[in-house]
Amino acid sequence: MPYVPHTDDDVRRALAAIGVDRVDDLFADVPAEILDPPLDLPAPMDEVTLLAHLDALAARDQQAVPTFLGGGVRRHFIPAVTPRLALQGEFVTAYTPYQAEVSQGVLQSTFEFQTMMSELTGLPNSNASMYDGASAVAEAALLAVRQTHRETVMVSRAVHPETREVLQTYLWPLDIDVEVVDLEPSLTTPVPGVGDHVAALIVQDPNHLGYLEDMPAMAAAAHAAGALLIAVVDPLALAVLREPGSYGADIAVGDGQVLGVPMQFGGPAFGFMVVTDALLRQLPGRLVGQTTDVDGRRAFVLTLQAREQHIRRSKAKSNICSNHQLAALLATVNMAALGPTGLREMAEATVRRAHRLAAALRGAGADVAPNERFFAEFVLRTRAEGATVRRRLAKRGVRAGVPVPPEYGIGNAVTLAATELTTDADIEALLAALHDVGELGVVGTEVVA
Amino acid sequence: MSDFPLVFERGMPGRRAARPPVTEGAGMAELLGEDALRAHPPRLPEVSELDLVRHYTQLAHRQFSIDGNFYPLGSCTMKYNPKLHEDAADRFLDLHPYQDPDHAQGILALLHGLQGDLATITGMDAISLQPAAGAHGELTGILMIRAFHEANGEGEQRRVVICPDGAHGTNPATASMAGYDVVEVPTGPDGEVDFAAFEAALGPDTAAVMLTNPNTLGIFERRILRMSAAAHAVGAQLYYDGANLNAVVGRARPGDMGFDVVHLNLHKTFTTPHGGGGPGTGPVGVKAHLAPFLPAPLVAREGDRFVLDTDRPRSIGRMRSFYGNVGNLVRAYAYIRTLGAEGLRRVSSMAVLNANYLRVRMKEAGFTIAFDRVNMHEFVAQPPAGLRTLDIAKALLDHGVHPMTVYFPLIVKEAMMVEPTETESLETLDAYAAILAEVLERAQADPGYLAEAPRSTPVRRLDETTAARKPVLRYGFTAG
Amino acid sequence: MKIPQELRFAASHEWATEPADGIVTVGITDFAQDQLGDVVFVELPEVGRTLAAGEAAAVVESVKTASDINAPLAGEVVEVNGALLDAPEAINTDAYGEGWLFRLRVTDGDAWGGLLDADAYAAVAEEG
Repeated sequence: MPYVPHTDDDVRRALAAIGVDRVDDLFADVPAEILDPPLDLPAPMDEVTLLAHLDALAARDQQAVPTFLGGGVRRHFIPAVTPRLALQGEFVTAYTPYQAEVSQGVLQSTFEFQTMMSELTGLPNSNASMYDGASAVAEAALLAVRQTHRETVMVSRAVHPETREVLQTYLWPLDIDVEVVDLEPSLTTPVPGVGDHVAALIVQDPNHLGYLEDMPAMAAAAHAAGALLIAVVDPLALAVLREPGSYGADIAVGDGQVLGVPMQFGGPAFGFMVVTDALLRQLPGRLVGQTTDVDGRRAFVLTLQAREQHIRRSKAKSNICSNHQLAALLATVNMAALGPTGLREMAEATVRRAHRLAAALRGAGADVAPNERFFAEFVLRTRAEGATVRRRLAKRGVRAGVPVPPEYGIGNAVTLAATELTTDADIEALLAALHDVGELGVVGTEVVA
Repeated sequence: MSDFPLVFERGMPGRRAARPPVTEGAGMAELLGEDALRAHPPRLPEVSELDLVRHYTQLAHRQFSIDGNFYPLGSCTMKYNPKLHEDAADRFLDLHPYQDPDHAQGILALLHGLQGDLATITGMDAISLQPAAGAHGELTGILMIRAFHEANGEGEQRRVVICPDGAHGTNPATASMAGYDVVEVPTGPDGEVDFAAFEAALGPDTAAVMLTNPNTLGIFERRILRMSAAAHAVGAQLYYDGANLNAVVGRARPGDMGFDVVHLNLHKTFTTPHGGGGPGTGPVGVKAHLAPFLPAPLVAREGDRFVLDTDRPRSIGRMRSFYGNVGNLVRAYAYIRTLGAEGLRRVSSMAVLNANYLRVRMKEAGFTIAFDRVNMHEFVAQPPAGLRTLDIAKALLDHGVHPMTVYFPLIVKEAMMVEPTETESLETLDAYAAILAEVLERAQADPGYLAEAPRSTPVRRLDETTAARKPVLRYGFTAG
Repeated sequence: MKIPQELRFAASHEWATEPADGIVTVGITDFAQDQLGDVVFVELPEVGRTLAAGEAAAVVESVKTASDINAPLAGEVVEVNGALLDAPEAINTDAYGEGWLFRLRVTDGDAWGGLLDADAYAAVAEEG
């Protein structure tokens, strides 16, 4: 049997040592009426058959074609060295580093991760990562509620719709209200009036539609009411954009997929949370701290564990138990590989490619939304519904067009994203496909769905 | 002795390992506006590719892992993570969560198949693959129970979640996050939940009972059918913490035990890698009456097409973005399809055999077994009087093996919770028992021996007090 | 293990001084600090907060555990020991002195007499 080493002799020897006759004797505590039910599972496959089966499945998925999809996940450059180093067996098959003496690999790399996230966000205290950006936002909102003893959070409608759904799910059982701030015609968030009942104002920058928000004004509005500002940020964008610490954000959160994690149909990547000193003791999740060993050598250890579920149980800051360590390690190695110059070049190329794409679309008569302040993605108004446009483009070999939901009130529209991997040929392919499906200025082309 | 360098302390300004494709063109200030830009670059490492490779290779060597070391952590199921699964996952890396579902039929078929497999294995009616971890699955499950009670008009009445005193810490933490009060019930002298206390705790205010079976002592709750009947009799829902499923996978199903909700830890029973702390993956399964409350979307089949079903009006909502930790879901699928039903039965059978074998060997080595009886996939031991579990754990590190889980469950003093898993050979277990015997012998001969351990590890015992009093969570970038 | 005769105690290991002008000082006992180990952080109540007897008022964290500290008597918090935020180790080194946690203006001055005296508390601590 795969992965189980026991020979018949082994089983006999073990049974004799235990002092029972049969393996089933060890299952005597399980009520007989529920033991060994029939299990209708497919017959087992050997390695070759399994991989052929998976290849057949993968062949039904569109991969490795021009891609303009964003909306929280983007295809970015990942140098070969990143997965080779981060996905070494020692990192992949380690447990949580509770025994620090033999876990310095995970602990030190996490300390490096925390330092890098602190540098990117301009805030001092990063945790060791969380599940994803959306749940990190929800945890940040809970932190704000604990800190301020207030029971309402305000969130911009331009925060990713799925993030707002997760926020609702987390806040509903605790009777915390969510107030939504509607957008201006520029598809950005107006600076809202924040009441003194509000624990936090949550704004995403660049927002879900791709556009930059006036974050310093958001911070001022939140702080004037004694609320926290939770900045939901794109960590790659922070290679060029102003960092949350510079404009007074109290908490920076986001999703790290763009830092070197493959798309993988949306997971696993990782969420991050970085906070001011005032909020350090409220920070949920694992933290790695620096200390020394008995010989005076620098060493790293999980710290402030008394806040966590395995000790505080029902009084823990969160029930979160794991972090997305391995995905965070991919990002750590990736940032170390690229360095400040490489990361900046990637971010700049992303901006330039996205703006080149927008210009090319406008040149071809497309209805690109008139806001120029976008990082990687922007809105294209379409004739057909967004999901229909996306399907038609897919049939022509291009992955593009995240539908803009009706809640934004702009009719049929999609977002389009570019990255440093977007080539001129990709852009031409997209233009040709949009032309084919009747979404460019040329009228009269018969569209076949 | 010098400190092992941080990556920030290696390299030179101007160096780097990787070069992305560059696009020349207008400046950022022109495209985005000067006010949008950061004033100073982040201080990231500047290292050559070889420096980078050496750094993270040497760090890997400063790390215990299943690949390198026996790692019998109780409750963690540190079984071998097949390399085949990495190849399997590599086939689905370049998939965007928002690509047209008609052009993602392969991955959707796989996820649909996994939903079905997990429903079969757990005896539940429907599965959500969305939760990112066991604790996340717990929150999902308890929120569904809450939504169910509210839909029945009993939301105000049912305010309490009952957990055994030996429960994983995530159980009470989850109940709190879901807005519930927690009542703990004690463990009886046989190592099982005290049934009389359990019955007494149940009442019209009970929303849910959270149980692990086998429990955290590695003991199967023999009265499980009576417990589920008693819980249902007062209208409570029964929640199965799947952390210990490896004991019974393929041989007994939570659904048949009477549970209404279950979460699975795919990183335990279904051997997706622990990754040094995550990502885990914590799908939830429910009986039909709770299915309307599952988080959206689910993968559904419409004729010969697979779709993402978002039309779920009674759903508790989303627990995270997108559909789950798909990379790990592919690994778990590969595992189940490699083993089949017979292979899964072999997994739990040999996991239980190994744990009982090691229990006997540890007893021979001089350890006391808490609630000494035939156990399932794990057991809890205690060191001889006068010795501290922590010290013994540290001494094991010098022998190249990982300690068991220490100081859990909290109801056993100096607890050592041992789970060898089915993928270890008897020789490995014999060697572990021999090391434990040697450690005890040396400790009794030389009182200083344990206090000085570990000696040969990359670093030795740490000053955790200073780390917690004055937390240093980032590199200081000091000169020199 | 020190148990000063002039103090009164709660079974949950807090001590309280005899009310002076209606004010008592509260801390945790030498036994409690020894059980906790090195204290690394203290969460103190807000001044002005009204507490019921037995209500969780503060949290004392060590490396491996965190304990709720209850108000042994009902009253209003009038002062907290802010020095502990920087030097929580005072709880370990001087539990009955520098390690005090907060001061209460008690609602019922006679309630103090109903707490455990040193001998009764010694018996509680003996049991662990």
